Amino acid sequence: MRKRRTSVLALPFTVYALIFIAAPLLLIILYSFCVSPQNGVTLTLDHYKKFFDFSNPVYLQVLWRSIYIAVISTAICLLLGYPMAYILSKLRPGLRQVLSVLFVLPMWMNFLLRTYSWMSLLEKTGLINSFLEAINLPAFNIMYTQWAVVLGNVYNFLPFMILPIYNVLIKIDQSVIEAAQDLGADSMKVFGRVILPLSLGGVASGISMTFMPAVTTFVISKLLGGGQNALIGDLIEKQFKTTGNWGFGSAMSVIIMVLILLAMNFTSSYEKDREEGGQLL
Amino acid sequence: MKKVLSILLVFATLLTLALSGCTDASNKDKTLYVYNWGDYIAEGVTDKFTEETGIKVVYDTYEQNEDMYTKITAGGSSSYDVIFPSDYVIEKLIRENLLAEIDYKNVPNMSLIDAKYKNLAFDPDNKYSVPYMWGTVGIVYDTTRVSEEPTSWGVLWDEQYKGEILMWDSVRDSIGLTLKYLGYSMNDHSDAALAAAKAKLLEQKPLVLSYAGDQMKDMMIAGEAIIAVMYSGDAAFVMERNENLSYVIPDEGSNIWFDNMCILKSSKNKDLAEQFINFMCRTDIAATNRDYICYSTPQIEVYNALDEETKSDITQYPDDSIYARCEVYEDLGEYTQVYDDLWTQILAS
Amino acid sequence: MKFFKRLSYVYSVLIFLFLYAPIVVLIVYSFNSEKSRAKWGGLTLDWYRALFSNSEIMRALSTTVTIALLSSVIAVVIGTMAAVGIYNMRRRSKMAVMSLAYLPMLNADIVTGVSLLLIFSALGLRLGYFTLLLAHVTFNIPYVILSVMPKLKQLDPNLYEAAQDLGAPPATAFFRVVMPEISPGIVTGFLLAFTMSIDDFVISFFTTGSGVSTLSIMIYSMARRGIKPEINALSAIMFIVVLSLLLIINLRSANDAKRTDSRPVSVGARASGR
Repeated sequence: MRKRRTSVLALPFTVYALIFIAAPLLLIILYSFCVSPQNGVTLTLDHYKKFFDFSNPVYLQVLWRSIYIAVISTAICLLLGYPMAYILSKLRPGLRQVLSVLFVLPMWMNFLLRTYSWMSLLEKTGLINSFLEAINLPAFNIMYTQWAVVLGNVYNFLPFMILPIYNVLIKIDQSVIEAAQDLGADSMKVFGRVILPLSLGGVASGISMTFMPAVTTFVISKLLGGGQNALIGDLIEKQFKTTGNWGFGSAMSVIIMVLILLAMNFTSSYEKDREEGGQLL
Repeated sequence: MKKVLSILLVFATLLTLALSGCTDASNKDKTLYVYNWGDYIAEGVTDKFTEETGIKVVYDTYEQNEDMYTKITAGGSSSYDVIFPSDYVIEKLIRENLLAEIDYKNVPNMSLIDAKYKNLAFDPDNKYSVPYMWGTVGIVYDTTRVSEEPTSWGVLWDEQYKGEILMWDSVRDSIGLTLKYLGYSMNDHSDAALAAAKAKLLEQKPLVLSYAGDQMKDMMIAGEAIIAVMYSGDAAFVMERNENLSYVIPDEGSNIWFDNMCILKSSKNKDLAEQFINFMCRTDIAATNRDYICYSTPQIEVYNALDEETKSDITQYPDDSIYARCEVYEDLGEYTQVYDDLWTQILAS
Repeated sequence: MKFFKRLSYVYSVLIFLFLYAPIVVLIVYSFNSEKSRAKWGGLTLDWYRALFSNSEIMRALSTTVTIALLSSVIAVVIGTMAAVGIYNMRRRSKMAVMSLAYLPMLNADIVTGVSLLLIFSALGLRLGYFTLLLAHVTFNIPYVILSVMPKLKQLDPNLYEAAQDLGAPPATAFFRVVMPEISPGIVTGFLLAFTMSIDDFVISFFTTGSGVSTLSIMIYSMARRGIKPEINALSAIMFIVVLSLLLIINLRSANDAKRTDSRPVSVGARASGR
């Protein structure tokens, strides 16, 4: 194709992207340094100082809480998800095709509905506790605690962990495994030294697809967390919706952007082929 | 197959464009944008208004005053005509010149509002607002599960009710009641008062089940918690549905509040807005609203038509002794930010 | 070995139950005449009736669908053009524009949503249907580009030249030779964009205005006020719709036998977990 002439086709997108993708991000960075962005540009470091105030580390605590809840949720997803992906990958192609679709189905359900579904289950007078009461077991009251948020995270993001790992596992060349077996390796060794390392790309994908939404969510914490387990997403939402402090909200947005950049850098060293069409990141 | 798909697609797009174009055009003439609290109007009222006047109503809701204020002011143009702010927010909006003066020639039903609720400090002569509902803030408790009838705000700090306490996710109400409990005024913004309130609220945190909003009503009806801080109207609502519940305004005193209807200065439909406000003050409409949401009405005829039981219910219509120990919130001006930060920090801890 | 097989079976069933139980409970309770979660009051279709007569919900549904359709179509047009244009760029500009394209996907939704709110207010745009549409187009285009690019890469570069040698003008050559080859990518891009749009919550939450609500936003504000049985009815319906959609997509790509068996799964895989 005549290169220069057709590359002009990308112009509409480039202009659009500059206005609606690049400029907004620059605005956030700019606003994070403004006292009151809606009233003009007066530069200040106050918002960052407020956040990183070690004498009153409330906001740092929130950041820390968001990170460790996300880490715990991701870890549980990995622990539960990897075996599931492995089991799936070992089935014969026809069956695993059908089953993998079944695992995708909950992901297509509206995210809010999936979170909401746990609200009625976890309540003190909800289904789980009524059932436990009926068979004389102690109540399971995790609603409005951190653990409800973890549960919400795991429930929502488990399929995102299973799928990339599954996709990578089924692509592993059978002959590699057979070669290892021919060389005398037992199934443990085959798994530990052949399969596991080859699947790390999928694991990295799964981790990044779980960690990022988990650390920035505010829906799950608002619906299941009872308002007291504020995560950084909650704080940002509050600044833009209730308090009207856009400067502070922007500063916190910049902070999570940096956080995610660091996390992605860490996992991308393991990730393969981002360019494949239709594939997951 | 692909050709069929692409033709269908183009068709669908054109259809959609046409449809969205159509609805937009018909909207242009008479539409009123109303922004109100959630669960604060009876079902079918806006439809009735449209039926009678032909004016379409677009109705949005918010959970607390601060949400509404932020949406109207912080960046982006406001597109609402009628709003339902509380007393201290009206004060603030008047000060910031955001409200339109109401032409009472268009709101004759104002005469049906009891004079007791007019001419209050936040809007003398009611230049900018028309009373809608009023009430108090107090404690709702399950009579069958409390060890004794609560008489003080202190019951919210009682260890024996750990995990059974519900607080409002509302800046003024939560900080306000704590200040009252500690003996300060609900409008106090001195460093000493706020520091004491913050410490007290942090102390309470492990005992609280949830900082909730409207879902509190369902939760108390279902018995999810034993004690909750509630608005008097919501209290009446839940008491109707769960006879174990009762409402009390603690001895230390509480807050009395007034929600009025206002028109934004930026509104382009001032006459339609006034029509709506007049409609809401009409006896039959006001009665329907009162019955549905159970809040206390300032409308004379609706009040007179209530049965004796409701009129003498001190939950909804407190006597003078209770009145005497209630305060009205005042606008905090620049200290609003301080309160906000405090509340954010308490929730985040 | 037998033990592991048993164990795998039990484990899979447990995970499966975990994923489906809450949804199934919702669906079952949508037929419960008793509003409370703990009691069963007998079968009823009342909540479905309430759902359909609720004009707010119906309006939100229509907004959701029209926004999804419109934004996906616009995204496909701009995105396909962009993909073709980028494909023919020199390395440096290619990298620059591709990074721009990837940005929305790398950012957390809340950051994208908030940033769009800021630019809309800076541009003086009133929040409403138009800003909602713009926001959806913004996050949809990258998915289209992502789906079309690989197809372009697989294209035999000689085809276009051959068509022109045979006398076809550039435009015709493009539409009759290139387009058919990349159209599976376009369709995938469209489906992906449509799905992301329907399911979006966070970005819509920050960029919409008075009276304009999507289904997700509606569910959020209802859920904030407590358990509402109408939501249960809604989830039952959405479940059926999604199931049918997935079946159709998979039947479609099963016919498209060239792909590896991970393809249909991948198509659905990026569905929103926001």
